[in-house]
Amino acid sequence: MSFNIVVLAKQVPDTRNVGKDAMKADGTVNRAALPAIYNPEDLNALEQALRLKSKIEGATVYVLTMGPARAAEIIRESMYRGADGGYLLSGREFAGSDTLATSYALACAIRKMGKVDIIICGRQAIDGDTAQVGPQVAEKLGLPQITYAEEIIDCSDNKIIVKRRLERGVEVVKGSLPMVVTVNGSAAPCRPRHAKLTLKYKHAATPTEKQESGSDYTDLYSSHPYLNITEWGVNDIEHDIQWLGLSGSPTKVKQIESVVFTAKESKRMNASDVEIENLMKELIANHTIG
Amino acid sequence: MLLNSPFGGLRELTNIMNYFSNNPALKFQLSHPLMQKIVTLKEQNFADKDKYDYASRDFEDAIDNYEKVLEIIGEICAEVIAPNAESVDHDGPLVLNNRVQYARGTQENHDALAQAGLYGMALPRQYGGLNFSMIPYVMGGEMVSRADAGFANIWGLQDCAETIAEFADEEIKAEFLPRVCEGQTCSMDLTEPDAGSDLQAVQLKATYSEKDGIWYLNGVKRFITNGDAQIKLVLARSEEGTNDGRGLSYFIADNKHDDTVKVRRIENKLGIKGSPTCELVFTNTPAKLVGVRRMGLIKYVMSLMNGARLGVGAQSVGVSQAAYDEAIAYARDRRQFGKAIIEFPAVYEMVSMMKAKLDATRALLYETTRFVDVYKAYESLEATRKLTPEEKADYKEFQRLADAFTPMLKMFSSEFANQNAYDSIQVHGGSGFMKDYACERIYRDARILTIYEGTSQLQVVAAIRHVTTGSYLKQIRHYETQPINPEFDSLRKRLMSMTTLYENSVTRVTETKNQEYLDFQARRLVEMAGHIIMSYLLILDATRDKEDLFRKSAEIYLKFAEVEVRKHATYIKTFEVESVDVYKVQ
Repeated sequence: MSFNIVVLAKQVPDTRNVGKDAMKADGTVNRAALPAIYNPEDLNALEQALRLKSKIEGATVYVLTMGPARAAEIIRESMYRGADGGYLLSGREFAGSDTLATSYALACAIRKMGKVDIIICGRQAIDGDTAQVGPQVAEKLGLPQITYAEEIIDCSDNKIIVKRRLERGVEVVKGSLPMVVTVNGSAAPCRPRHAKLTLKYKHAATPTEKQESGSDYTDLYSSHPYLNITEWGVNDIEHDIQWLGLSGSPTKVKQIESVVFTAKESKRMNASDVEIENLMKELIANHTIG
Repeated sequence: MLLNSPFGGLRELTNIMNYFSNNPALKFQLSHPLMQKIVTLKEQNFADKDKYDYASRDFEDAIDNYEKVLEIIGEICAEVIAPNAESVDHDGPLVLNNRVQYARGTQENHDALAQAGLYGMALPRQYGGLNFSMIPYVMGGEMVSRADAGFANIWGLQDCAETIAEFADEEIKAEFLPRVCEGQTCSMDLTEPDAGSDLQAVQLKATYSEKDGIWYLNGVKRFITNGDAQIKLVLARSEEGTNDGRGLSYFIADNKHDDTVKVRRIENKLGIKGSPTCELVFTNTPAKLVGVRRMGLIKYVMSLMNGARLGVGAQSVGVSQAAYDEAIAYARDRRQFGKAIIEFPAVYEMVSMMKAKLDATRALLYETTRFVDVYKAYESLEATRKLTPEEKADYKEFQRLADAFTPMLKMFSSEFANQNAYDSIQVHGGSGFMKDYACERIYRDARILTIYEGTSQLQVVAAIRHVTTGSYLKQIRHYETQPINPEFDSLRKRLMSMTTLYENSVTRVTETKNQEYLDFQARRLVEMAGHIIMSYLLILDATRDKEDLFRKSAEIYLKFAEVEVRKHATYIKTFEVESVDVYKVQ
C-alpha cells in the first residue's frame, strides 16, 4: 500500500551567521551577502518524514519547494538524505508572495499530487519567522494540523501520535490522517547527506537547469528517470491568478526599522552574593538568559 | 515571509563551516596531474557505471564525486566532531563488564560518519565501498584529525579493511568487508606486553582445531587501539616451537562480545583520550586465517603498517593545521601594548613558520599518497589480469617511491605536528597553559604521533636505505628538472647547492663502511633529503597554483631548510668517526 509523505521546504538566506553587511542601508536583507541554506526547521521536518518512511512499508517522501530555479538545490539536498524526489514550483507569477499567497500556491500544488497521507514542514522559516505557511496550507486543504511537533511517536491505522513541544511542557496528541504536521527545531536533527545517495542524485536536475547547463549527460536523464526533478509553473497547477504572487499578498510593509545595538549604560555592583542574585533575577526577567 | 519572498538573489547553497570547502589547499591537491593516471587505473574504463548508480562516469565526474563526498566529511568534521572534541577529551571511554563504552561524543561522531556511508570509502563497490582512491580517503583522515586527533584513530582503523581486501580469500572478504562499510569498527591487534617495536616476540597462541575446522586464539594483547571493535585482525603464533617472525600468522576474529575476548583495562593516557587503548585477553577466540600461514608479520603486517604510517601522516597534518588555526586566531585577537600580537615580529615569524611546516608536510603527505595510490591500483589490477612489462616496471617504480616516502612522511609530519602544537601554546602565552584553550589538548594529542606505528627513530631505520641506494637523490633530480615559475629560479639554485651538500654528506658517511656510524648519522641524512624534497614540492605546488596559496610557505620553508641542511652537513663534515664512542652509555 502506498503511503505518500510530502515535505514542504524552503531555501532561505542564512540569517544565523550574520556579518556586518547582512543588512542593506535601507534596512532590507542583503541576500547577496548571505549564503542560501535549507531552512533549519524544514530539515527537522525532513528527518521526521524519513523516519516515517523507514517505518512504513512502501512509503515515499517527496519534497515540495517554491522558489527560483536554484531552489532545486533544496530538492537535491533532500534526495542526498533519503527523499525519493521533489517538485519545484517556480515562475515569475509567484514572485512577491506573502504567507497567504505562498500557502495558496503550495496547496494548489499539493492537490495536483494526488493522494497525500501526511504533509510535514518546519514550524517556521528563519527569514520571516511567521510560522503561518504550514497552518495556512492545512486550512486551505481542509486538513487537521498538529503544530510544534517534536517527534512523531507512532503512525499506524491511519492515526498519528505526536509529541508537541510547548512553552511550558510537552503534550502528546493523536489525530487522523491526512494531516499537516509542523515540526519544531527541538526535534531530532536531520541525518547527514549519505555518500552513495549524493553520488547517485548529484546530476538530478529540473528541465530549466538541464537547459541552462548544456549538460553532456543528456542520455543519462532518459536512462535514469529518477534524475528528473519535476518543475511546475503556474500553468501546471489549478489556480485562480488573483490569489497568487503580489496580487494575492495583502501584507504590506509599513515601515522598516533598523535596530543597531549599542552599549548605553553600565552598572557597577559589588562582588557579593546578593548583588549577583539580583543581577541574575534581572537578566531572567528581561529574558537575556533563561 | 513578505520580506523574504523566495525569489531573491541567493547565493549557492554553501556551508559556512566546512573543513573541505574552506580549505583550498585540499581541493588543490585533487587537481594534481597524476590524478588522471590514478583515476584511470582505479576505475578501469569506468566499467562500474552501468552496474552501480553511484559510480563515476568519467574522469571529471570521478573528481567531482571525490569533492562531493569530501564536502560531507568536511561538514561532519566542523559540525559534529570538532564541537565534541573537548567533552570527549574530558570524559574519555570507560570499561564496563569487560566492554568499552565510548564517550558520548565519540559515539555521536562514529554514528554520523556511519550514517553518511563514509566508512569503507576506498573499498571496491562490490563490497559496498565507494572505490575511491587513497587521496580522498587520506584527506578524510586529515580533516577528521583536525577536528579531533583521537577520533581519527577510530576512523583510520578502516585501514584494516584494506588489508582484508588485499590478502584475505573471497569468503572472508564477502563476510567482513560489507560490515566495515556499514560502520562496524576494526582493530589491529599486534602488540603485547613484551612485543612492542619488536613484533617478532609476539606470543599470543593460535591453535588449529581439526574437529571444528577453525583456529582458536589464546593470550594477551596490550596497547590495542579500539580493542573492543567488532572486527579484529590479530597477529598470533601459529607455529609451535618457533620464536621469531616466521612463526607468526595473521587472523581475523569476529568479536561477538562474549567471553572469548575481554577488555581487561584501558590505559589512562596523556592525549588522544577519546581513543580507547585496551589490554585484551583472548580465551579460545574463534578465528580465521588471513592469507598464508607464517606470512603474518613478514608480509601482511608490514603492508598494514605502511598504510597505518600514511594514516599517521594524515593525522599529523590535521593536528598541525588545528595547532595553526588556534595560534593564528589567538594572535589576531589578543592585544598587548596597544596592538594585536600578530603584528610583533617574534609572533608573526612563529605563526608563518608553523604555516610553512604545515604546508610542507601536507605537500609531502599527498605526494606520498599519490605514489601509494598508483602502486595499489596496479596491485589490484594485477589480480584481474597480467600486467604488461611496461606496467610492471611502472608498478615497481611507484612501489619503490611509496616505500621511500612513507617513513620520511611519518617522521617529518609527526615531528612538525609536535613543533606546531608547542608553538601554538607559545603564541597563547599563559592562557595556552590553561585548560580553557584547545591548544593544550592539541599539544597532548600530538605527542603520540612520533611514537606509535613506529617511532621516528624506527622511521629513520626504514628510510636510511633509500639514502644509501640513492632513491631520494634520484627523486630530487627528477624534481630539479620540472618546469617552475621563473620567480623561483633562485630558490632552485639554492636547492641545487643544498643537494650537493647532501650528496657529499652521504658519501662521507657511507665511505667509512661502518654500519654503526651510518646508524648514528642516519637521522641527519634522512632529514637533509626530506628538507630538500619538501622545498621542491612547495615550489612545484606554488608554480601550479593560481591562488597564491603556497608562495610564501615555499620561500619561508626553503630558508629554514637551507640552514638545517647546512647545519647537518657541517656536523657530519667535522665529526670524527671515533667520536661516536663519546656518546655510548652503558
